[in-house]
Amino acid sequence: MTSIENAVGPSAWFKVERGVFKAGGRWTIAESAGLDRDLRALDPGPAKAITMDASGIERLDSTGAWLLLRTRRAMEATGRTVEALKVPERYAALLKNLEQDDKPEDRPRLPRMSPWRYRLYRIGKATVSAGQQGWRMLGYLGRVTVETGEMIMAPRKNLRFAAMVNQVEETGISALPIVGLLSFLIGVVIAYQGITQLQKFGAQMLTMDGLGIITLREMGVLMTSIIIAGRSGSAFTAHIGTMRVNQEIDAMQTMGLNTVDTLILPRIIGLVIALPLLTLYADIMGLIGGAVMCYFDLGISIPAFMRELQQALSVKALMVGLVKAPVFAFVIALVGCYEGFQVERNAASVGLLTTRSVVESVFLVIVLDAAFSVMFSVLGV
Amino acid sequence: MADNNGNKKDVIIKIRGLVTGFGPKIVHDHLDLDVYRGEVLGLVGGSGSGKSVLLRTIIGLNKPREGSIEVFGARTGYAEGSRMRALEVRWGILFQEGALFSSQTVAENIQVPLREYTTMSQELMDEIAAMKIALVGLPPDTAGKMPSELSGGMKKRAGLARALALDPELLFLDEPTSGLDPISANQFDELIAELQQSLGLTVFMVTHDLDSLSAVTDRIAVLVDKKIKTGTIAELRKDQTPWIHEYFSGPRGHAALANRN
Repeated sequence: MTSIENAVGPSAWFKVERGVFKAGGRWTIAESAGLDRDLRALDPGPAKAITMDASGIERLDSTGAWLLLRTRRAMEATGRTVEALKVPERYAALLKNLEQDDKPEDRPRLPRMSPWRYRLYRIGKATVSAGQQGWRMLGYLGRVTVETGEMIMAPRKNLRFAAMVNQVEETGISALPIVGLLSFLIGVVIAYQGITQLQKFGAQMLTMDGLGIITLREMGVLMTSIIIAGRSGSAFTAHIGTMRVNQEIDAMQTMGLNTVDTLILPRIIGLVIALPLLTLYADIMGLIGGAVMCYFDLGISIPAFMRELQQALSVKALMVGLVKAPVFAFVIALVGCYEGFQVERNAASVGLLTTRSVVESVFLVIVLDAAFSVMFSVLGV
Repeated sequence: MADNNGNKKDVIIKIRGLVTGFGPKIVHDHLDLDVYRGEVLGLVGGSGSGKSVLLRTIIGLNKPREGSIEVFGARTGYAEGSRMRALEVRWGILFQEGALFSSQTVAENIQVPLREYTTMSQELMDEIAAMKIALVGLPPDTAGKMPSELSGGMKKRAGLARALALDPELLFLDEPTSGLDPISANQFDELIAELQQSLGLTVFMVTHDLDSLSAVTDRIAVLVDKKIKTGTIAELRKDQTPWIHEYFSGPRGHAALANRN
């Protein structure tokens, strides 16, 4: 009969000899990785009946005890009979306890899918959930529209004036520095590109026309909307989402407070007021950036820049940009609030939906901007 | 194991002259406490008396102002990263709401410390997770569930399974039975007593539950007037400090102790 001496780390060992499984040392979690590897590879030999003698064990914890029990089950599964499992007296209770609690046949088998089926399953699941998302969002848009209509019919009853002003401050006034700085820089960049490209044709004086039109019609409103989607849209989702996690929304509903009135409308109206104002401000800052660039690069004085701009632009260019702002504001606030209400009661969900809210609102803003361009060109504006 | 024959006992947690506070408020004023190997110590005290602060200070989440805390003979609170790690693998903590990681399943939660501190194969980790889940009395299908799908009592059991993942010698429990119905609370008490005996654990338990105090604990530490008084229930019942007297002799105290007898 062969004896298998297993070298399993410095302080725990086992061996099988003449139908006796002997174990000793410290059968603890510290040794378990090595023990596990060696026990899996264990060949108990041809003996039909095996005695397990673990009385040499100095220390046993639940991980070690589990390994002993698993080994016994593995031997039994190969048709051998295990006559006894001896452990030191002080560990008998632990072993018995584990044996009662843990029955491997109780464990559910997880269904495994083939990679291809899994991929198909993922695609199908994503498609269905995107469809559902769109459907729910549409329903939500309907609800907000109805509530807004009701509020306009009976403003005194529902309008939360203080909350709305607060939103204008938070989304508008606090955003002035960042929106101003970024618009200024974009103005500088556009002017610089215009000058270097148009100089090749000797048409650098057209830079100001291009700068004015791009800034007023597109860049001002688009940049502002994207900044605000990242700044305020995400804040709406995170705030409302955290309120959901804390059950504040549930509390409000049970008190009969209408969440659309109290949480959503102030944000939507606040942003619809704030974003056009921010856009106007961004337009001005963008033009100032362009003027500074023209002054240093082309030597055009500020009064001359103003004159040139006045000839190139009409009020129409400004209005084309500004008319888009409330629409973008509505979309950003709507998506931000909607995703906030989708948050589930766990911490990961807040982060996930905040990300989704920003991605969706930036996406929708750009798609809508393209739609506006098509519409304006059809209308000949 | 602790013995009551006056022999020298093995001290696992040793607190001397501990002072903690927030701003001008002093929470603990030169407090001393010993916890012996193999015992279950219950910590009680009024709301806001600093029970949780004491627990957090012992496990190093809160810096003491003065005094020393030794766990397994090493000072916490001042311990450095690697020395603190060495302590942390020897204790397990059950937070009040379970503090399960919400983005992971129960099995993954239990495997977090295993993955961090051992080189086990995934197969063994799965088996260990299933074993711990059975050990704390949860049904086997809990393994694949997310914490948000569990009830309050199940979260506590799952939190206990995670606390036991590394087979610690010392277990901290922060209000293990709060928020549970009396039947679940009883079962949880029994579970703790059973695990304590079979795994030979030392348990430090913050609790308000008089029933669990009388059912599980060997000794009780009462946090009153920024200091600690320890003793068995019988000893503390004779204590004439107003709060302690009120606590053990009030209607709830009577009921709990009557049940025991």
